[in-house]
Amino acid sequence: MAETLEHADTHHDHHEGEASWDGASAPFKASYGKLMMWYFLLSDAFTFAGFLIAYGALRIAMPSWPIADKVFSSFPGGFHEKPLYFVTLMTFILLFSSYTMVRAVQDGHREYKKGIAIWMLLTIIGGAAFLGCQAWEWNTLIAKEHMTITTNPFGTTTTSGQYLDPELGNFEEGHSYLLHKIVADDHGDGHGDAHGHDDHGHDDHGHGHDDHAAHGDDHAHHPHGMTKADLSYTEPGDYKYAFVDKKGYIHHKYKVTSGEDAGLVTQESFGPKAFGALFFFITGFHGFHVLSGVAFLIIIMVNVMSGLYEKRRNGYEMVEKIGLYWHFVDLVWVFVFLVFYLI
Amino acid sequence: MGHMTHEQSVKSATKWIIVLAVITISEVLFALLGKGYIIEGLHFPVWIMALVMIVMSIVKAYLIVYEFMHMKYEVPGMVKSVLLPTLLLVWAVIAFFWEGADWNKRRTLIDNKNKETIEDTRSTGQTGELIKKLEQ
Repeated sequence: MAETLEHADTHHDHHEGEASWDGASAPFKASYGKLMMWYFLLSDAFTFAGFLIAYGALRIAMPSWPIADKVFSSFPGGFHEKPLYFVTLMTFILLFSSYTMVRAVQDGHREYKKGIAIWMLLTIIGGAAFLGCQAWEWNTLIAKEHMTITTNPFGTTTTSGQYLDPELGNFEEGHSYLLHKIVADDHGDGHGDAHGHDDHGHDDHGHGHDDHAAHGDDHAHHPHGMTKADLSYTEPGDYKYAFVDKKGYIHHKYKVTSGEDAGLVTQESFGPKAFGALFFFITGFHGFHVLSGVAFLIIIMVNVMSGLYEKRRNGYEMVEKIGLYWHFVDLVWVFVFLVFYLI
Repeated sequence: MGHMTHEQSVKSATKWIIVLAVITISEVLFALLGKGYIIEGLHFPVWIMALVMIVMSIVKAYLIVYEFMHMKYEVPGMVKSVLLPTLLLVWAVIAFFWEGADWNKRRTLIDNKNKETIEDTRSTGQTGELIKKLEQ
């Protein structure tokens, strides 16, 4: 009984939430919840580190790797060849949502309910905006550039060369390319197989609309950077300027002009296979963290407004805990940004 | 936390978010500069790019953890219990990158071995002469 009383006492004296612990004093002068959040984040950091180290090891193991500022160079509104623009925007969105989160926690310390709710709402908007950007980026890669977890159409040459197609010209070692898919794929054999059927049956309205638009206005539907010859291919086969594989990817032919194989005519090949899987799994795992963060932020914001934490009188510790999580998501993005986009 | 008034902590947070934004912009500009997007034909070596980017990212990570996550105000034991385990990752990075580099080396080695051709000794040297004689 005496213990319980003492408990109630400390509860009032300190705002750090010692009451959660059964012992007389809190280890590390931190509340149970905050400490456990830290250890969860530590374990989560190891999960992300495992993913990112796998990325690094596989990248080092390859003779060539897709060049980030060629892969991620689109910007909404039909802009191309804008290296790093969009991902910088995403980084800033997340960074400023981190700032609004700090402000929410600070308003929590002074028990200012209205302020907490507003700053949390701004954080939620930031998180949702980030997810929207990521959805746009994934859609560009999947629907327009045809990257999948097992097929990577982004490659980099290890020699200099000269394309057989005069429209494409010469290139130097380390030249990046994207294997476009033949335009006819959407209308032709795509309808036949199960996958194609699924696409058309369940996809959102936008995609269906695109399909029809392609008949009328060809230009709008074509991926950026396709040549006249590319547009003339309708089915797999061996053409003068390119080889079109069974899946419909166009591999431009070129003459090697440097190294041991100089003089040989070869064709663009798929980039490192692991790239797609690594990209979708790592950014997907991070995006899932953002998504769950947004969900928890919404729940906690509603609880703040309802006055639940006001009654606990612990300086809105729950807001602090979700704050820790939210900053961690930003922290992970620093490294995802580093390995995928900057290096 | 308890050390600062509300106004002071708001000022501190605003200061650090600006610092983080500036570092991010520097990273992007340095990436574009080093890859020849700003000055035509200028390319920095890959290791310089990687080093600068990694250092800037670690500074950002430090600021997020220490300023925004308030690690600065936690007791030393708690800080150690969270940060020391991450040192294990240093070895993980070294070991796995080492391994990755080795995969690359071995693949190149195998590719080169596959390209090797053996000189046809039946037509040259002493053996060749002997075979020619026998064939006659």
